[in-house]
This record gives sequence, structure tokens and C-alpha cells, in this order.
Amino acid sequence: MGQLATALVTMILGVLACAAYFYGSNALLDLIFPGKNRPASEIARNLRISNRIRPWLFLGPAVLILTFYLFYPVVDSLRLSFFGRTGEEFVGLSNYTWLFGSEEFYESFRNNMLWLIFVPTAATFFGLVIATMTDRIWWGNIAKSLIFMPMAISFIGASVIWKFIYDYRSGGDPQIGLLNAIVVFFGGDPQPWITIPFWNNFFLMIILVWIQTGFAMVILSAALRGIPDETIEAAVLDGANGVQIFFKIMVPQIWGTIAVVWTTITILVLKVFDIVLAMTNGQWGTQVLANQMFDWMFRGGGDFGRGAVVAIVIMVLVIPIMVWNIKRANAEMEGR
Amino acid sequence: MVISKKGSALTAVVHLTVLFLVVMWTIPTAGLFISSIRDKDQLSTSGWWTALSTSEQRLVERAASPESQTQENGLWVIRGNVLGDSEGEVTRFGSSSLKPEDFAAGETAELRRGIRLQVMANGDYEISSETEMQGRRGQRIFYTAEVPPRFTLDNYREVLGAEGLGKSFINSLTVTIPATIIPILIAAFAAYALAWMKFPGRGLLIAAVVGLLVVPLQMSLIPLLKSYNVIGEFFGVGAKTYVGIWLAHTGFGLPLAIYLLRNYIAGLPGEIIESARVDGASDFDIFRKIILPLSFPALASFAIFQFLWVWNDLLIAMVFLGNNEDQLVMTGQLRELLGSRGGNWEILTASAFITIIIPLCVFFGLQRYLVRGLLAGSVK
Repeated sequence: MGQLATALVTMILGVLACAAYFYGSNALLDLIFPGKNRPASEIARNLRISNRIRPWLFLGPAVLILTFYLFYPVVDSLRLSFFGRTGEEFVGLSNYTWLFGSEEFYESFRNNMLWLIFVPTAATFFGLVIATMTDRIWWGNIAKSLIFMPMAISFIGASVIWKFIYDYRSGGDPQIGLLNAIVVFFGGDPQPWITIPFWNNFFLMIILVWIQTGFAMVILSAALRGIPDETIEAAVLDGANGVQIFFKIMVPQIWGTIAVVWTTITILVLKVFDIVLAMTNGQWGTQVLANQMFDWMFRGGGDFGRGAVVAIVIMVLVIPIMVWNIKRANAEMEGR
Repeated sequence: MVISKKGSALTAVVHLTVLFLVVMWTIPTAGLFISSIRDKDQLSTSGWWTALSTSEQRLVERAASPESQTQENGLWVIRGNVLGDSEGEVTRFGSSSLKPEDFAAGETAELRRGIRLQVMANGDYEISSETEMQGRRGQRIFYTAEVPPRFTLDNYREVLGAEGLGKSFINSLTVTIPATIIPILIAAFAAYALAWMKFPGRGLLIAAVVGLLVVPLQMSLIPLLKSYNVIGEFFGVGAKTYVGIWLAHTGFGLPLAIYLLRNYIAGLPGEIIESARVDGASDFDIFRKIILPLSFPALASFAIFQFLWVWNDLLIAMVFLGNNEDQLVMTGQLRELLGSRGGNWEILTASAFITIIIPLCVFFGLQRYLVRGLLAGSVK
């Protein structure tokens, strides 16, 4: 409890310091370049100067923090990828040659690709289906709320939940994992799901699909509601059936939103770490890039060079989405 | 929405499909919760879906030691009850692990050296012998019992106390509260500047924020860890401090915060701001008196995001905080338990439920704001 009190005090101090900064710096600016009670020409000049400075007072802390926590690290990671394990001696391209020569990298790269294909597709598909159907029934909001719920659960919590479902008991012991219990009920043999090579990847992916479907559903459901009724009514008058309306009228109109959902989940998938760490820690052929990178950061005292190289690979995979996002945001701002 | 004319058959299919999907999506969490309040012996021998039915368990109990034997009618006798305080009905029993079900309840088993063992259905056992029994350890009795369902909060008591989850709950709060509030303050000012102030380089900054939105965290870890080592050494506090993780979460949360808030603030009616400017209000006054109160919904949305994200984060906590008792957060604790107590489902289920209960409360309590924030952040 004492610790929480310290945290609260620190927090209040931090907030006060922030507030003091914004108050203080703005007051100082008004003091140096007063905008009142001076000759008109001086006021005009002062206003012009302070209007030029003030944005940077507002932006200052954010720019500093973004630079230190995101921008500088990107540059430094790039630099470190050419240096050895402690980041001191220059090793040229040897981290890269190591990376592209290592089996483990190909395994995690292949797995990451599987994740990239399967998770966004499945989550978007289920999200779209659920969004369409829940709009038609009176208890749709309750259903949505329940399907949305896993969003609030941490990846590690979700891993425990699903590890319990995949639990395996050998031989004739009663199965306490739901999946094996179902298999046994239908007369099958229980399987140690998370150690089956290749397919175990999918058992891990299901966890992320379970978490992300709610996100896709919420966004797609809002987009579906935004479709003008007239287009659908016109289609009905023209004799289109439900499936045709869905694929030919509704889906094309929300195509942009589907792309946004897809890319958002894709970025999340590229960074997936907790689930793999908790379920298998990369064993049995389930390694992914983010976990491999974490591994190299600390393995045998840590190898910063190799860790940085893996991080760069993740970054390179993200760049196309980043460019697309920026273009989209720019287009939007011009429209305003 | 246009409802198909095919009517009730199709509607029924929709109802059933949605019901099926809802069940699929909720069952994992429900199973976790039900398991966490079950008795640990029952949990490890039967699935949680049987929680309400009596379960058949194979158990083993060591009888009282020969020291407690008494002499009755020329026989040496040890008495007791295998079930202890718990309820249940013994159906079969045996004296070795190879033959745990050899005898039905009420029968008498002949053990070695003329010792006889009898176990009744209510759990009472009687070991008798014509000569005095030797040894210091009691006879092991294997038995199969029908045990009625038993629910308990013992699992929670254990994980909160002995497993240290209570402490890490406080650590998690210590991390989460400041890491939620600090970025909001900083981002709100920046968002206002990016939305309503004119200065060169504004478009570039906005593009940079959008770009930084997707920069993978992994890029930052190593350089930051190195910097933290240097800075920590300089101040003599080490690299792993709470202040360090607050600022790290602030940094990683800022792009989304600025983006969300800027979109919202830019959408506020310009007339209000212009007229305030004409009246001579400075940007600082406008921000404080007009923008901040009007942006409450957006601030709340982001606060929920950031809270959930920080509370649920494992990676940043593992890199920037130690794993000693004073700094281990709940997600980290859960991960350690997965490693060390992997088979003890009573510990894992209860721990997992404690770690997810706060986010779930926040989620169900403030879902409206969360949805609004998601939409503002994505749909365009």
C-alpha cells in the first residue's frame, strides 16, 4: 500500500509538473511579448512572434518524448544491427548474414507469414459475418458485447484460458481440457495439441482470432450501418436475394473499412509475442519474429546486434502499411 | 436494415448461428471462471463442465500411524475416516496403487501379516490385526469416491497470499494509473496545436504521428534499454524503475493519443474557436476553457484504451521492470506461474481470473467510450 501511495504522490507531482510547464511557459511568453496595454504596432509585432512560438510550447513535450521513445530508437536499431553483441564493435553485415543463414529465422518468418494470412482473414471474416447477423436480431447488442469481450483480456490471460482448453492427459485419464474431452466423446484419441508440428501454429492463432474478432465486428458493424438504405431497397426491388445483396451491394460499399480492419490486425499480428511466449516459447516449431527478437535480447546475456536485426525485419514488413496509412491520412486532410 | 421476406426460417437460422458463435466466444472464459472456484482435487480429475454433477474420484489417503492403535476384544485396531471432513461416498478401495479398486466398500481386504482393512461407504475405515502392528507410517488406502460438487474460494485465497498475486496487483496499479494519465495531458496539448494552430511543418508532424502509429515496439526496446542503463547509472538508481516504465508507456501510447485527440478536436466547430480568438482569448485560454471540456468523450476513449493496454502489457514490463517482488506486475506473475506451476490449474485459473477481472469491469462499464474511440481511430 505504501508503494501505491508513493505512486499516487509521484503521479500527482508529475501531473502538476506538466500543468506547471504548460501554465508557466505560456505565462512567460505572455510576459515577454505582452499582447495588451501597449502601442498598437508593438502589440501586433508581439502577437505575431508569440503566435509563432506558442505551438512549439504546446508540442514540446510530445515531440521530445516521441523523438526519444520512437524516432531515435528506429535510427539506433538500424545502427546497432551493424554492431556486435554489446553494440560496441562494428561487425558490418555479419548480423544480416547470420540472420539469413539461420534455420530459426526461416521458421519464424514462415510462421509469421502464416499468422499474417490466417489471423486477419479469419478475424475479419468472422467480424463481418457477426456484424451482419447481429444487426438483424433484437438481442444483437448483447451478442456483440459478449463477442467483443475478449478484447479486454490480456494476451497472457487469454493464453492461460486456451492452454486450459488444449490441456492434454495421456492414456485413459479423464480429460479436463475441453477440446480433448470433445474428441474423446466422439471416440477419438486425445492429442497434445500444442506440440503437434505445424498445426500447433494454428492452435495459437485461434487465440488471437478469438481476441480480435470483436474489434473487426465493432468497426464493420458501424460501417454497415452507414450504408444508405436506398441502395439496398433498390436491390431488393430489382429482385436480388440476401446473398447477392451482401456480396454485391454491402461488401463493396464498406471495402475501405475492411481494408482498415485488415491492416490494423496485420500490424498487431506482426508484433505478436505474448501468446507464443506463454504457450510454447517458440518450441515445437512455433517461433515467431517478435519472440525471437525478445529471445536474442536476453539470451546468454543478450545479443543486441542480432536482436536489432530481427527488429529491423519486423519494421520492414510494417513499412508498406505505414506508407499507405500516411497517404490515406493526407488525402483525408486535403478533403477537409 | 431490410429484413428478408423469406421470414421465420431464415431468422431462426440467424438466431441459432449467432447463439452458436456467442457460445463459442464465451465458453473459454466461462470455463476459466468455473474452474477457478472448484475444489482443486475435483478440478484436476474432471472437466469443468461436470462441475455440477457428482464426480468419481480416485484418491489416496494415508491412515493414522500404528502409534494410534488401540486394543479391542483382543485385536489391535486403527480407526479413522478416509474422507476427512469432506462429503462423499466411497464405492471401491484397495491397498496398493496397482490394485486401487479391488474391493467394494464394506468388504474386508486381507493385507500382509494377517492385517485386515475394511472401508465403509461413508469413508470409515478399520485396520485390525491380532498382533501389535509395527512401523511408524500409516497404511496407504486407495479408494474411489463419489464426491458431490464442491465450490470454494480457497484457490483465490492461495494465489492472493502465498503466490504473491496480491502484491503484483498493487504493482500493476502503480504502473497503470500514471501511465494512463501522463500521456493524456501531453497529447491533448499537442493535438490542439496540430488541429487549430498554424505553423510551418504542421503537415509533416501530423504525417510523422501517423507513421509512428505503426512503428513496432520491438524497434525501440534495445536502444531504450541501452539508454536506460546509462541514465539509471547516472542517477544511481539502476535501469528498472517505475518512472522509466511510465515514460515508456507514455512514449508508446502518444501517437495513438495524439491521432485520436487531433481527429476529435479538429472536428469541433471552428466558429467557437474563432469567436474566442476575436474576443482576445489566447490559445492557452481557448484550450483550457473550451477545448478540454468539449473533448471529454475523446479523452475518456483514449484513457480506456491506454488503461487496458498498459494493464495487459507483458513485453514492456518484462523489459523495463525487474522481476522481483516489488516490481513484478500481474501479467508477469501469471507468466511465471505458467512456467513454475504449469500443471496446477487451480492456481492458474484463479490467477488468470484475477488478472482479467479489472479490465473486464472497465470494459463492461465503459464499453460505449471504448467503441467510440475505436471508431474514431479507424473508420474514415
